[in-house]
Amino acid sequence: MAMTMTEKILARAANRDAVRAGENVWVDVDVLLTHDVCGPGTIGVFYENFGRDAKVWDPDKVVIIPDHYIFTADAKARRNVDILREFVAEQGIRHYYDPGTERYKGVCHVALPEEGHARPGEVLFGTDSHTCTAGAFGEFATGIGNTEAGFVLGAGKLWVKVPETMRFLFEGEMPPYLMAKDLILHIIGDIGVDGATYRAMEFAGQGVHALNIEERMTLCNMGVEAGGKNGIIAPDSVTLDAVQARTDKPFTVVRNDPGATFHSERVYDLARLEPTVAKPHSPDNRAAARELRDVKLDRAYIGSCTGGKITDFLAAARVLKGRRTAIDTFIVPATTRVLGALHTERVGGETLAEIFRAAGCQIGQASCAACLGGPEDTFGRLNEPLRCISTTNRNFPGRMGHKEGEVFLASPLTAAASAVTGRITDPREVL
Amino acid sequence: MQDNIRGRAYVLGDDVDTDQIIPAHYLTYNPAIPEERRMFGVYALSGVPAARAGLPEGRRPFVPEGGEPGEYRIVVGGRNFGCGSSREHAPLALDEAGVEAVIAESYARIFFRNSVNGGYLIPFETPTRLVGEIRTGDDVELDVREHRLTNHTTGRRYELSPLGDILPILEAGDIFAYARAAGTLK
Ligand code: SF4
Repeated sequence: MAMTMTEKILARAANRDAVRAGENVWVDVDVLLTHDVCGPGTIGVFYENFGRDAKVWDPDKVVIIPDHYIFTADAKARRNVDILREFVAEQGIRHYYDPGTERYKGVCHVALPEEGHARPGEVLFGTDSHTCTAGAFGEFATGIGNTEAGFVLGAGKLWVKVPETMRFLFEGEMPPYLMAKDLILHIIGDIGVDGATYRAMEFAGQGVHALNIEERMTLCNMGVEAGGKNGIIAPDSVTLDAVQARTDKPFTVVRNDPGATFHSERVYDLARLEPTVAKPHSPDNRAAARELRDVKLDRAYIGSCTGGKITDFLAAARVLKGRRTAIDTFIVPATTRVLGALHTERVGGETLAEIFRAAGCQIGQASCAACLGGPEDTFGRLNEPLRCISTTNRNFPGRMGHKEGEVFLASPLTAAASAVTGRITDPREVL
Repeated sequence: MQDNIRGRAYVLGDDVDTDQIIPAHYLTYNPAIPEERRMFGVYALSGVPAARAGLPEGRRPFVPEGGEPGEYRIVVGGRNFGCGSSREHAPLALDEAGVEAVIAESYARIFFRNSVNGGYLIPFETPTRLVGEIRTGDDVELDVREHRLTNHTTGRRYELSPLGDILPILEAGDIFAYARAAGTLK
């Protein structure tokens, strides 16, 4: 039987020759990811159901990356990290990245592949909706809740409904004013925030395979904003180079069978797409950046698992080099590795950090920061009803802090161009 | 699982995301600690913008300022209920606030899974739009087995979609009880 990539991965994990979209199957888990927000609850569920002396099913398959509430004085947030610390010590979990130490990383979805935990053909569950980011590495990756994660900790398996696959093909060459963020905002605008609910979203075509791994991660990352269960991209040499540079673990490359059945297929011509923005308060509230030139802004925010990777800051630096920002602009590297790269990567002889400082930006520490609001002392948080252009992934009411705040989602190029003019700006105006 | 649920309805619109159900700054409470778990009920639905809180009029907070949760047992929503972050604190918060079932046109999958696997509430799907049909405060009754909703305030009845695949998990209580009964978990 011809299967899609997602079906093949789930069939292997279910120890079956074949599975079909719509079936419920129990799958063996290759990696379970959790962080400081959902980890303590997950651990509570685990102990409650498996007993206070229980051991996790495989300490080598559990990855714990605190990232959400790190640089805050909030006592409960700090207590939650202590719970993680105690748990990893007791359980012998090695893949733990402790805040305040050399090992601290930052945003889990970017740190996970940096540390070699994203591998083709595997099944990854994480207690965070953007776990789907790792589909860029050709694996099945999706978000789950605390109870499910507590179950996985003890049992090493979980039930899933095998999803149908929607295919999104990008043809032609990527113009210099577009980024992966524009592509995914475009798709979400087309199909809506529930357009892919329960389904896999496969990104394919020459345009996608020309993207580097970070840009591919951006595509898969926002699949959940269309309701998608997982995003996935067939592994190619770009994928294999990225994976093999970070781990020696063996893995199996899985691709669609010829003749596999898809839910639907949409084809986009890259030459016809434009820099795209999602207006408040929904990621599918799409407009072209040039249509919003009269929208005045108070703030720009460049960061998160969606828009805080090295590629994102290189793009922003291309715009900001030699220019001054007109509004408060926050730079939040996703991980400590990205933060390091701000001091080593250069555009036209200057480091990214130099360019951002000269442009008047504030540079924060590696973490989720204001992407989801957080405690009041969070870097970049909207504590007033401000209007912000942001490279993050969600613009629901209150997402970045203030309930009456307005968040416009855009690519790092568009966010940087808008930071310079103080209004929403198509990067073609300044590039 | 209860076969019958009767109480007041609380009505919301489309795309109610998990930040509206329980805003991110309350996520530092640990649900494994009972006094902290209770707080999720106190702050349930506190992120819903005032104009959309308790339709059709709005400005009817789910939990009044300084008040106690527990007035509503059934939440009615539109499309894509529970979208956004994976936080299980969302169905947990509704459960802590006394909600036993949500009835929506469609759900975001993680919210749906969490509701069922965690045994917090019954997520019913409705083939017809009930936002606009049912008003916040209406006295409604759910026949869970027959997947039927009766609005005693108006006397109208509505057929909901059958629970299907999730029924055995709801009957068992949660994913642990279900897996134990099925022999998946020893
Ligand atoms: S950066 Fe934002 S979207 Fe990404 S994991 Fe952190 S809070 Fe979630």
